[in-house]
Amino acid sequence: MLGITGFGAYIPQLRLSRSAIVNANVWANPSIAQLSNGERSMANWDEDSITMAVEAARNCLHNIDRDNVKKVSFASTTFPFVDRLNSGVVSTALNLPNDTHSADLTGSLKAGTSSLISAVDSAMKNSEDLHLCIAAEKRLARAGSLQELSFGDGAAALTLGNSSKNVILAELIGHYSITDDFVDHYRAEGSKFNYYWEERWIKEEGYLKLIPESINRLLENCNIKGNQIDHLIVPLSSRGVPQRIANATDISPEIISDNLSNNCGDTGTAHPLIMLASELENAKPGKKILVCGFGQGADSILFQTTEAISDFQARQSFSDSLTSGRQENNYLKFLTFNGLLESERGMRAEQDKQTALSTLYRNKDMLLGFIGGRCTKCGTSQIPKTRICVNPNCGAHNSQTDECFADKKANVMSWTADQLAYSIDPPAHYGMVEFEGGGRLMVDFTDVNTDEMETNMPIRMVFRIKDIDEQRGFVRYFWKASPYK
Amino acid sequence: MANGIKDKVAILGMGCAKFGERYNSDAEDLMVEAFEECIKDANIDVSEIQAAWGSTTFDEMGVGKSAIPYSQALRLPNIPVTRVENYCASGSEAFRGAAYAVASGACDIALAIGVEKLKDTGFGGLPNMNPGPLNSQWWANITAPGGFAQLATAYRAKFRIGKDDFKKAIAHVSVKSHANGALNDKAHLRRPITEDDALNAPIIAEPLGLYDCCGVSDGAACAILTTPEIAKSLGKNPLITIKALQIAASNGTEASFNQWDGSHFLTTRVASQRAYEEAGVKNPREDLSLIEVHDCFSVTELVTMEDLHISTEGNAPNDIMDGFYDSDGSIPCQIDGGLKCFGHPIGASGIRMIYEMYLQLLGKAAERQRDKVDLCLTHNLGGFPHENVAAVCIVGRDD
Repeated sequence: MLGITGFGAYIPQLRLSRSAIVNANVWANPSIAQLSNGERSMANWDEDSITMAVEAARNCLHNIDRDNVKKVSFASTTFPFVDRLNSGVVSTALNLPNDTHSADLTGSLKAGTSSLISAVDSAMKNSEDLHLCIAAEKRLARAGSLQELSFGDGAAALTLGNSSKNVILAELIGHYSITDDFVDHYRAEGSKFNYYWEERWIKEEGYLKLIPESINRLLENCNIKGNQIDHLIVPLSSRGVPQRIANATDISPEIISDNLSNNCGDTGTAHPLIMLASELENAKPGKKILVCGFGQGADSILFQTTEAISDFQARQSFSDSLTSGRQENNYLKFLTFNGLLESERGMRAEQDKQTALSTLYRNKDMLLGFIGGRCTKCGTSQIPKTRICVNPNCGAHNSQTDECFADKKANVMSWTADQLAYSIDPPAHYGMVEFEGGGRLMVDFTDVNTDEMETNMPIRMVFRIKDIDEQRGFVRYFWKASPYK
Repeated sequence: MANGIKDKVAILGMGCAKFGERYNSDAEDLMVEAFEECIKDANIDVSEIQAAWGSTTFDEMGVGKSAIPYSQALRLPNIPVTRVENYCASGSEAFRGAAYAVASGACDIALAIGVEKLKDTGFGGLPNMNPGPLNSQWWANITAPGGFAQLATAYRAKFRIGKDDFKKAIAHVSVKSHANGALNDKAHLRRPITEDDALNAPIIAEPLGLYDCCGVSDGAACAILTTPEIAKSLGKNPLITIKALQIAASNGTEASFNQWDGSHFLTTRVASQRAYEEAGVKNPREDLSLIEVHDCFSVTELVTMEDLHISTEGNAPNDIMDGFYDSDGSIPCQIDGGLKCFGHPIGASGIRMIYEMYLQLLGKAAERQRDKVDLCLTHNLGGFPHENVAAVCIVGRDD
């Protein structure tokens, strides 16, 4: 048997209410007046496709031995780097073994489902290894556009493998793909925004022809009738389209999965995977789940949940993270976070943020993997890992073995909210956090309001953007503390 | 412990430039201003100086690298000149270099000069520091007020003090220093403030408001040191000697080992204990006449009162509110206005503190002069609560 052995999704905590977008832009574009319902997920200023991918993968790899992950495919159309292996950053942050093969998939919104299909194929070939398949998206849109309203930011990750050594949660039944250069939209090299053709044409000639065709072919190949499908995942925000696809494939419109448009928005390449993770979280055994992807063709993939799905325990429940967002009504903040507004930042923002790449490489275990040390002589855990043990009663030299601090429980020892330090989102919150079992660090906080900060507050560590070097186009990542919810 | 330098080094002369926003002065002007006062006080010729130490923290600003700027500005006679830097404790470090040179017998007369020209940054507050290619990739986005503000959260949690009571105690610290600074014509900030001013000022780093933060100033301070014998032979009377000079640097324990609780300075406790031993001070609360401490932020002064073993643990807020450290209290603290109001030209501050103690011991502190000044302590701190350098100096008359 071959299929999904783990899954996890990640939605940024911030939710921009659509009414904030509409109120700010309706003067110029009256047609959006009716679109102010619900909210869209909004990456914090320190989140991008890489950081969201890491968080989704951490949720997915909960209870999975990372040494078994031998392949990583990371899909996105919004990779922070054009020429630096984005999945390589993610693999290092996840401390995956260095003989893992990592690859980036891009070029189409279908990259998410295509990544699943390539994972399925590679899992077939090797009997023991797991293939970690991640998709993440943080797309920009012009102010007041339909895309700004319908997009969301998010990520999902799944592991695929076969049953020789792994517990399969959802078995692969089959998949089918169509390639067709149907250009509903595109984004050219160097462009910030997508360019779209007429919505009705996209719907009638694109969605409603290519997707039903791929579903019908898949069902035919698998010898399954449409009415046997239990969950239909159509990751599109276009109204009425999933229903018409269901009608065209003899699938009951009743079982169409929530496209999360009300509280998340369309997360691009990540969306089919996020919807799949959401469905798997609540699915009962023996359910057939059909996932579609669209973008210059269509992918359809069919899974069936196994008995094991009932015992699956999520690290962080996706439905909880969907409902526990922090509402943001400040549209200017959204524009600022996305670099779409030239705000006054003060002279302190001018500090050079050049990253010494040789230093980064030498210290990548700590800077990306959040690896500290544990003294083999006195047992003291410490981060950073140093040559001489920090315990004043020990002082052993070269005694420390690697210890990962990313998943340790920690508490706030001291903190502040700093109005002087330059931050895209002032005040800058930071403080000393103490890790359970030893070790402490003065770190930045993220996803926090000053009024929730307190000493002894439990936190967890999250992988985030540390600094952005605008002069050289480099993004520096590190770990930050976030209130544990 | 080795014998230390008690009474082996005398202060031959001191000088201090006016601190403040010296928009019309370069570092050279500030240095010469302090030096002219100092060498006149010492009553020697520049050719008699045999070695010098200069301190500046931000070499990107004003002065530049190496000791050459000091040597050039003062036209020192091709003697060994060394630039030292130890964050905000740099001035004490320069003073220590000169003091140890004299104490060791390596030279008869040595100079210490500290200078900082900060008001060319274009913005308020201290310039950003670059902590190097590795630390810059992971250090928290920390500023001085944000680093020291954390003392407040940790101290309050430890001693279970309400936010408002604590804020009042640190407000009292600042109100007192403003009152003192108003009497000092070399001070940067000379306007008295009320408790309400301090409580209602805009927040810089929670819970520190504007008046909890010291001034960022231009300035320079200077000392010429020699042996007690030479000082006497030059007619110095009374003789002011160094009783103790101790520096303690963090070794990473506070920052990385789960022991220190964030509410105090480990280094200040160590340095002051060693200084009391060196000076033979048995009971600092009884023996000290005046103290100048590193009140970069009001909260720093509060916890330092305990770290210097003057207030008992948890009792600094009470002593402060009782007026123990006020200008008419048992041990006036920051009688010259402190960093808070005299100002904080980083590299000069450690020497400026000793300058005030020197004036007080000689009875030359004008309106600020206290009666019965016998033994004075300065405390100069560089860095952040979780990693810093603490310097403690004790000076008094050579009886």
